[in-house]
Amino acid sequence: MTEPIVRHYGHKAYTDHPPFSYPDYRSTVLRAPVKDMVSIVQTLSESTGPGPVWSQIAEEDADLTTNAGTGGTAIGQRIIVTGKVLDENGDPVPHTLMEIWQANASGRYAHWRDEDHPAPLDPNFLGAGQCITGEGGEYRFTTIVPGPYPWPNHPNAWRPSHIHFSLMGPALGTRLVTQMYFEGDPLLPLDPIYNSAPPHSRERMVAAYDHEVTEENWATGYRWDIVIRGPLATPIDEDHD
Amino acid sequence: MVRLGETPSQTVGPFFSIGLSGEGENVLVSDVVAGDRIRLVGRVLDGEGQPVGDALIELWQANSLGRYRHPDDTRDEIVLDEGFTGFGRAATEFETGEYWFETIKPGRVPDPEGELQAPHLNLIVQARGMLNPLFTRVYFPDEEEANRSDLVMAMVPKDRRDTLVAVREGDEPAVYRFDIRLQGEGETVFLDV
Repeated sequence: MTEPIVRHYGHKAYTDHPPFSYPDYRSTVLRAPVKDMVSIVQTLSESTGPGPVWSQIAEEDADLTTNAGTGGTAIGQRIIVTGKVLDENGDPVPHTLMEIWQANASGRYAHWRDEDHPAPLDPNFLGAGQCITGEGGEYRFTTIVPGPYPWPNHPNAWRPSHIHFSLMGPALGTRLVTQMYFEGDPLLPLDPIYNSAPPHSRERMVAAYDHEVTEENWATGYRWDIVIRGPLATPIDEDHD
Repeated sequence: MVRLGETPSQTVGPFFSIGLSGEGENVLVSDVVAGDRIRLVGRVLDGEGQPVGDALIELWQANSLGRYRHPDDTRDEIVLDEGFTGFGRAATEFETGEYWFETIKPGRVPDPEGELQAPHLNLIVQARGMLNPLFTRVYFPDEEEANRSDLVMAMVPKDRRDTLVAVREGDEPAVYRFDIRLQGEGETVFLDV
C-alpha cells in the first residue's frame, strides 16, 4: 500500500487574526463560540483540502469590468489589482483559485438583500471574478473601485471600499476569506470589521497604490500580496532530520 | 527562518453568494459515483438558538473507498470516482438557517498512526458576523465502534463528543441531521486544524 503524504501545517496564528467575538462588530456577539476549540492531530483529512481540485475545475474570469455578459462596460474608476499569494514560508502558492466579490462604484451589491441603500445598480457589473495564480503565485484582476456603503451596525456606519477575496490554498486549514482595503481610505479607522484585526496585522489587508502597475491611458494600479498558512517542513526534509 | 505574517481573516459578509455562488454545488453526486447515497441536512444556530440565515457551509470528504482527490493522497491503488471532487458548498436558507448536501458516505481514511479513522465529513463554517472560519467534523451514528476508536474523536472531551455525531432521520437515501450550534448550550465542537 502506498503511503499518502501527510504534510504538517503550522497551527493557525490566531493572534494575527480577529477574535471570534468583537463587540464593536455587533453580529459577532452571538455567533462566536465560547467553549475552547479542540486542537487535533493533523490527519489526511486536514492536510488535504478542496483547493487543488477546485482550482482545476474553475475558469479564469478576471476582468470584472466586462464579465457581465452584456457587451457593456462597468461604470467606475478602472483599476488593476495585482500581487502574489505566498505561504508563511515565503513560498509562492501556484495554481490556486482566488474568488472575489465586491460592491459596484456606487456602493451597491448585485444581491437581493442589498435593497436599503438608495444607490443605483450597474447592469454591466456583476461584482464577481475569479483568477488562478501563476507559477510564482501571481494574480491580476481588472475591476473598478467599489464604493463605500452604509450598514446598520451603529449610527452612521459606513464600510470602507473593499474587495472580498476567498482562497482555498492546498490544505483544509489554509482556507482564507479576507477583504482588501485601499491605502489612505478615511473610513478605515472608523470600521469595526477592519479594526477587528489586531493593530500589528491589519495593515496587511491594505493594498498600496503602485505606479508601476498603473497603465497609461487605461487604469490605475494597486498591489497587494496575500499570505496563507504553509507547511512547517516538507515530508522529505523530515526524513532527513 | 523568518516567517511571513498571515493575512488576517475577515467575514464573508451577507453577500458572499455573489462570489461563492453555490448554485448546485451542494449536490456532490451523479449517477456514476460509487457509494451509499446520503443526504446531510442541518441548521446553523446562534447563541440564542436563532437560525443563522447567511452562513456558508463547505464540505470536504473522501470518496466511498476512503481516498481524497488531492495530490498528497498518493494511494493510486484506490480508485477515484470520475466526477466526484469531494467538495461541496451550501448557503443556509435565509429564514430557517437550513442547509443540505447530497453526497455519499465516505470510506475510512487512515490516521497518522496507520489506524483507520471513523467515516467522517469535514465542514468549514463561515457567516456574516463570523470573523474566522470554524472547522468541524460530522461522524455517523451507525458507526459506534469506529467512532469509539477514532483518533480525533478521542481528543474531544467525552461530554462534548455527541455534538460531532449526526442524527439519523430517514432512509433511502439515508438522511443525517447535523445542526451546528455556534455558541452556548450544546455548542458544536470546533477543531483547531
